[in-house]
Amino acid sequence: MTRHLPLSHLPLALLVVLALLPLGLSDPYLLNALIQTGIFTIGAMSLNLLLGYTGQLSLGHIAFFGIGAYASALTALGFDVELLFGWRVVHEPWPPLAGFVLAVLIAGATGYLVGRLSFRVRGAYFVIVTISFAEVVRLVALNWVELTQGPLALTGIPAMRLGLPGLGEMIFRTKVQNYYLVLAVAALSYLVVARFTRSRFGRAMRGLKENEALALSVGVNATRTLTIAATASAAMAGAAGSLYAHYFRIVDPDVFLFSTTVTMVIMVVSGGKGTLIGPVVGGLIFGLLPVALRPVLAPEAQWIVYGAVLILILFLMPRGIVPKLEALAARRPRAAAAQKPVEAESRP
Amino acid sequence: MTQALQHLLNTLVLGGTYALLGIGLTLIFGIMNVVNFTHGALYTFGAYAAYLACAALGLDFFLALPVAILAGLALGALIELVLLRPLRGSDMDTTMLVMIGAGIILQSGTLWIFGGVAKAIPTPFPDAPLQIGPVSLSWLRVFVFAAALALIAVTYGLINGTRLGRAMRASFQDADTAALMGVNVGFIYTATFAIGSALAAAAGALLGPVYVVFPQMGDLAAVKAFAIVILGGLGSISGATIGGFILALAEEFGAGYVSSGYRDAMGFLIIIAVLLVKPTGLFARAERIG
Amino acid sequence: MSVSDTAPILCVDHVMVRFGGLTAIADLHFDVRPGEILSLIGPNGAGKTTAFNVITGFLKPTQGEVRFKGVPLGGLQPHSITRLGLARTFQRTSVFPDDTVLDNVLIGLHREGGGRLFDAVFNLKRERAAERAAHENARAILDLVGLSGRAQEKAGALSYGEQRLVGVALALATRPSMLLLDEPVSGMNASETQVFVDLLRTIRARGVTILLVEHDMPMVMEVSDRIVVLNYGRLIAEGPPDAIRADPAVIEAYLGKGAAAAVAQAAMQEAAHA
Repeated sequence: MTRHLPLSHLPLALLVVLALLPLGLSDPYLLNALIQTGIFTIGAMSLNLLLGYTGQLSLGHIAFFGIGAYASALTALGFDVELLFGWRVVHEPWPPLAGFVLAVLIAGATGYLVGRLSFRVRGAYFVIVTISFAEVVRLVALNWVELTQGPLALTGIPAMRLGLPGLGEMIFRTKVQNYYLVLAVAALSYLVVARFTRSRFGRAMRGLKENEALALSVGVNATRTLTIAATASAAMAGAAGSLYAHYFRIVDPDVFLFSTTVTMVIMVVSGGKGTLIGPVVGGLIFGLLPVALRPVLAPEAQWIVYGAVLILILFLMPRGIVPKLEALAARRPRAAAAQKPVEAESRP
Repeated sequence: MTQALQHLLNTLVLGGTYALLGIGLTLIFGIMNVVNFTHGALYTFGAYAAYLACAALGLDFFLALPVAILAGLALGALIELVLLRPLRGSDMDTTMLVMIGAGIILQSGTLWIFGGVAKAIPTPFPDAPLQIGPVSLSWLRVFVFAAALALIAVTYGLINGTRLGRAMRASFQDADTAALMGVNVGFIYTATFAIGSALAAAAGALLGPVYVVFPQMGDLAAVKAFAIVILGGLGSISGATIGGFILALAEEFGAGYVSSGYRDAMGFLIIIAVLLVKPTGLFARAERIG
Repeated sequence: MSVSDTAPILCVDHVMVRFGGLTAIADLHFDVRPGEILSLIGPNGAGKTTAFNVITGFLKPTQGEVRFKGVPLGGLQPHSITRLGLARTFQRTSVFPDDTVLDNVLIGLHREGGGRLFDAVFNLKRERAAERAAHENARAILDLVGLSGRAQEKAGALSYGEQRLVGVALALATRPSMLLLDEPVSGMNASETQVFVDLLRTIRARGVTILLVEHDMPMVMEVSDRIVVLNYGRLIAEGPPDAIRADPAVIEAYLGKGAAAAVAQAAMQEAAHA
């Protein structure tokens, strides 16, 4: 993936710049925008695992993010609900870190189940099934008031705490602290995606995307591979959701809005599906675009720009910014070394 | 008993408008293989067009309807020419995402221009409902039902009884062969998308006065349209008609007897259930495209 | 090595395939013995590729069954059949076009090393060792098929003939005991074909049984131990190359009055598959 020298250093350079950024930046508005961008970039990275590497367009991805947010918040806040037949479930508050872990596990498990069920259909059907799933989850969050407070939202969610043996406890209360927390989780997510996609599982995923029949013929188990991808993708989205809950300290059913999925899709598609750094590049651009547009445009008008940019990118560089840059970088030094002619071969 | 009868009557009336909502979407998918994510925005557009025709042009409701339908026709043709025609031959994911982008622009544009405050479309119908024995129905809904059925009938007639419809059906079966037989497939696609859009706008203009007109009204409508179309099988027009009534039935009785909070979940649950049990839809024809 | 009296490795047992009203294969029956090179020939549209698709689980037979090493393959998914040791190549798209040749073979080797997801994500020693082994294996396979020099090229950018070789390398990566090759030398020139014939013999010498579908008759006659001839979905002849060459039914199938119709039918089938 990172064969071209100038781009291969991009991730590390970006990490260094981002790590130094708070030193020269104290504007809380900007810091907030960066944290939010970071959280949704993790979401975009997780979506890329599915959309970019297996080619399956899931438009219900926000469900796993939201499930992570609610799972983490409820673990930390505790709850007391009555299920069917008067069976009550009472949960005392646990530390936020337990919420984070549970968010990852529960979102991952949900991703596994949804994957098992919905990979039976492909194409337009898969897209619509995933949207429907996310909407059902949103309606449950809205209507199961006893658990979720419905539209009143879960409030007073504690800040993330990290107990370090011998060093006491770190509490992520300020924006700068949360910034570094999100940056660390994002870097970790990047690493996980990199390792995952370069492993044999990643190869099986790429094989399915590029030529499904051939992949099957070399022994790739399509259902299993796609389900693994969906599980990992959902678990990572759940982690992002947990960060969201403990940073904003409030979660309401609007966390499931379809437009958030669209935002993440835009991040992945514009940056470059199936590239490691693509979602990060797309995430930074579209996460920070509202900051740039805020002085000039009303929020509604910003969304018009979003829609227009999405369309323009699909028309002008359908593979995304990073592959476009890679192609440009590769062309310059090797322009003379003309490739052998390729016989026209249509793919079915 | 009376309650059940009332639910049944509501189902019938609601089902007619749902069918109208679904056929535009299924028509476009069947013929063009495009999942039209602007459907909800076009529905909203139709409602606002009707509102403007009444509020700004001073037309009455009966004249505002055709204005909204024509506006939907024009906007649909524009979308097809500008966005879909250059994408002919690209993969379905790309067209889906472009349609999502277009839907965002339309919806946010509406919000920007008109603001988030709901508008009402005035109608000349009396407030007193039509009483049929123990059950009652508002005159407006009776009219909406009749108009929806009329529009569905016109669509059927257009597809089954005109030269344009014949060409559409030829493209539906096989665009390449149709092109070889001298059908102008480009024009058929534009016409199809325009007609599908006009049907969505008509549904919005008809249901606008029943509910209220606001920029996000299309979101839920789009979901219902998808549920209807999946029920009937993507691409099947008669399937969408039946699907409309089934969804209405599920909503009326689901909401009436189970929980009204989950009324809007019915559509999604139907989608999930149908796709997992019989992915081609309940009434799919064997040779259906897609 | 005598192969005549061992049990067949593959048994195509009275298989029939029908698409709607069209019979693609009518009662096909033949055995493949371990270690032999058997060719399946016939005019275009005779049902050869359909037979391949049935054997490898991409199509379900309307009647009859296929057994591999005595295991009935009915109901098995293609990937499970591959895992039994039966690998195939494709006529049209034999590569993962966006990946390098080396990565192509690594995709084929994706089951090797046994690295688990956990190991991969945490980059454990075990995973690194498995990865190294996979790379070595991939290099060895590329050496065998003669593509070492192309390892870093995008597979989609290779010539048509070289793409066939990538397809063979991919199939070999699954460690098959039997290989099904669908027109492997189409797009190759005479010298490339000769190199390929040598490759086939090398592969066979390593104990891999080969079932070949091919139009290049001189190549088929040179390399095959036995030949099975299909026409209109029926078996019309079976035997060693010399006997097939002289068989009147075969000559009529290729040159006789039915040939024109068969070609037309094949063209239609091709169109339907494209």
